[in-house]
Amino acid sequence: MSAMDGLVAAQIPRLRRYARALTGDAARADDLVQDTLERAWGRRHLWRAGTDLRAWLFTVMHNVFLNQQRGARPATDFVELDDGLPLPARPDGTDVQLELRDVATALAQLPAEYREVLLLVALEEMRYEDVAKVLAIPIGTVMSRLSRARERLRALTQAPGVPTLRRVK
Amino acid sequence: MSEEQAAVSEAELHAHVDGTLSPPRRAAVEAWLRAHPEDQERIAAYRAQNEALRALFDPVLDEPVPARLQAAARRSRARSWPGQLAAVAASLIVGVAVGWVLRGPAPVLPVLTADATLPRRAALAHAVYTPEVLHPVEVGADEEAHLVKWLSKRLDQPLKAPDLSGLGFRLVGGRLLPGGEKPAGQFMYENTLGRRLTLYVSTDLDGNRETAFRFAQERGASVFYWIDGPLGYALVADMDRGPLLQVAETVYRQISP
Repeated sequence: MSAMDGLVAAQIPRLRRYARALTGDAARADDLVQDTLERAWGRRHLWRAGTDLRAWLFTVMHNVFLNQQRGARPATDFVELDDGLPLPARPDGTDVQLELRDVATALAQLPAEYREVLLLVALEEMRYEDVAKVLAIPIGTVMSRLSRARERLRALTQAPGVPTLRRVK
Repeated sequence: MSEEQAAVSEAELHAHVDGTLSPPRRAAVEAWLRAHPEDQERIAAYRAQNEALRALFDPVLDEPVPARLQAAARRSRARSWPGQLAAVAASLIVGVAVGWVLRGPAPVLPVLTADATLPRRAALAHAVYTPEVLHPVEVGADEEAHLVKWLSKRLDQPLKAPDLSGLGFRLVGGRLLPGGEKPAGQFMYENTLGRRLTLYVSTDLDGNRETAFRFAQERGASVFYWIDGPLGYALVADMDRGPLLQVAETVYRQISP
């Protein structure tokens, strides 16, 4: 096992976490990770030692994911086959403790490009500049997608017309 | 309101959520939020989102890494599993429309015939369950005796789980499946690279009593199937015909009475 193999192996749990959140399906996520690892191996000469291996692997994964999204598989949206419509959020909350299941359901409803930005920021705690590099988009696009992702997630996890934190006067 | 407060941007609000602001800017943003309850509420919601996402997905970090991924990180050339659930969903829907090419002793049959039912069901079950990470089998190999006894009872035939360790495949376990009229069983095996093969056993033979090995293929998966007395067997793997035949012969020798 080369030094790089060990470094790559150390990143697998993070790649799996991100892939699970991105795809919403354990088997699909691991397929994505496996494809990513194989592609990374095939392109290992492109990684420069001393640079951020994590960012590089996430870049590879993003590209593999894009290819899969583009792949001719129109009827493959597992989110829709899964649980059907999201449960309505409960209007009783006066705090912002979110129901995890509602968040998972809402996350799956976001466009993939919003989901990617939000997850790299929230799960990977990546700096916005690094997110821009990984996804090969301008930083302004990162910020607008992040903003929209969060706002849409908030709307999806709130019952219509019942803002969670607003006090009744 | 100070100049600094007025200058708080949307990007800084997000940076505040993510805890990446410098201390002076953080103070400015906090002052802004005190003066703008709607933003404060929004930022609290975004923070709760971050927490919820971590609560949902951080547990993945503690899961054992599947062998196939460890192998892939170490320059394995193993192909990706063809039975991605996505493809499976499509094949479940189109079902019978799946195109099969039968080879071997029989002439090429472009359409499904009764004796293609066995390999088709076996390949579908293979594609559905081999990508499973958490629940690939119903009963694990640690309860092998119970598994074999249970499946034998449900299929109403004495079964054996062949020992393929000589070929590098260990038993993962098995499950009961719906067949046509009667239940069927599936044994799953895995090698150290995480490559899986399945042995599908059925008593639903549609009157077919031919005993030759027959070979079928769909997408990446190869199937050898044969009839042995009251039972039909189908061995499925993402392997070339040659290596799979070797496994099929081993299985056949072990299970023949």
